[in-house]
Amino acid sequence: MGVCAYNPKKSFLLELGKTLQICISFLSQHRLCGVTGSSHVISCYPAEMRQKNQELRSMSEKPRLIYFNGRGRMESVRWLLAAARVEFEEIFLDTREQYVKLIKDGSLMFQQVPLVEIDGMKMVQTRAILSYIAGKYNLYGKDLKERAFIDMYVEGITDLMHMILMFPFSPPEAKEKNLALITERATHRYFPVFEKALKQHGQDFLVGNQVSWADIQLMEVILAVEEKTPAVLSAFPQLQAFKTRMSNMPAIKKFLQPGSPRKPPPDDHYVSTVLKVLAEE
Amino acid sequence: MSGKPKLHYFNGRGRMESIRWLLAAAGVEFDECFLETRDDLLKLQKSGTLLFQQVPMVEIDGMKMVQTRAIGNYIAAKYNLYGKDLKERALIDMYVEAIIDLDELLMMYALQPADKKEQYLANIVDKATNRYFPVYEKVLKDHGQDFLVGNQLSRADVQLLEALLMAEEYKSDILAKFPLLQSFKARISNVPTIKKFLQPGSQRKPPLQEKDLPKVMKIFNLGH
Repeated sequence: MGVCAYNPKKSFLLELGKTLQICISFLSQHRLCGVTGSSHVISCYPAEMRQKNQELRSMSEKPRLIYFNGRGRMESVRWLLAAARVEFEEIFLDTREQYVKLIKDGSLMFQQVPLVEIDGMKMVQTRAILSYIAGKYNLYGKDLKERAFIDMYVEGITDLMHMILMFPFSPPEAKEKNLALITERATHRYFPVFEKALKQHGQDFLVGNQVSWADIQLMEVILAVEEKTPAVLSAFPQLQAFKTRMSNMPAIKKFLQPGSPRKPPPDDHYVSTVLKVLAEE
Repeated sequence: MSGKPKLHYFNGRGRMESIRWLLAAAGVEFDECFLETRDDLLKLQKSGTLLFQQVPMVEIDGMKMVQTRAIGNYIAAKYNLYGKDLKERALIDMYVEAIIDLDELLMMYALQPADKKEQYLANIVDKATNRYFPVYEKVLKDHGQDFLVGNQLSRADVQLLEALLMAEEYKSDILAKFPLLQSFKARISNVPTIKKFLQPGSQRKPPLQEKDLPKVMKIFNLGH
């Protein structure tokens, strides 16, 4: 029929949906056909167009995460994508061969993971990836100053997160000291800042009265510290309320349920896999 | 009140140097307040002006900004050194993050015990010449443009130049195998604001001298 101007390069489902909506309304108005069911299958479309739509839906430009099957540096990316309601695929590195192949293929710009394939880019460097996702999905504030605060908060949280991340790799004799340091930093350096911020403006979110990257990372780190020190929020009523609020946001609620891409805390198997794959001395 | 950004740090490179570079490249004049003793840092911490009790801290546009990356992001965006869209920013971020990793390696050299220094230096040279420099050499080769991203000066160019010059301080011929990085170095050094920053008398800081290390360790309570 060729009545709809359709650019096959626009493969995002959203664009597809919009295009189909325009076509549907045109076709319906002109009584040329009707829409069947709740899916986007329209019985009067020419066969080639139906086929193309089907291909595009299955091609799905979902981001693809390449990392170990565990939290590590990729977990923040999983949180952010989940909070933005972006579905993603994952490829898990189990062997050194996979990793070496990725390097030989030129997929790892600096020979390191995380790697996230997104929007035609092979992105590396965790912060670069997170900034891109935050910027794209409107989780980065509305102006430069809000971004400045989000960045400051995120960077502080990342410092705390880094301690937790490195903890399973510390030698056994240092673990007790490191655990104490994590708890000390959380309760004296980092959590007080966010408790104060929430108290001062009385809003639901850290910056600009809307959910941002900073809220999602804070939620992630609160849960991570609680896994180590369950009563860590006892002196922080604002953070307790924040945690409850965030847990109830639909996308995050879904991410916190079993079967989501959220990864469990690192265990010995995770540590040995990482060391083996990276062949770290 | 001058309205100029004010940098709080010790009188040396450390984590503040890349901020000095960025401001200088953007042609922004700034003041500096140097921590000389541990007491200076404690006083600053007690005054409640350090969000996470740490420096660098930069007073800018009514904010007391901390966290080097946050400060760098703000300056880069404000002064149009952050690309023109999300994708250019993504590239700049990737390049800059890796440069920061290399900078950390270079920075930690001074803190290595004497008997580990030689091996550490070998590691720096290995990472610089096998992991990082080849990437930027290739980027420049592939697009043939003067700047790393988007055919205009960005934070990535400024930070790369800073890293190249620092690496050369460790090994003067470290760029021997990278002709495009050599010409990049010459070209970016000639950008007027950067040229000015590279001249004596600017706010650029010299490498940390051995004799100053104890003072720095004391201020930050490093080492035992």
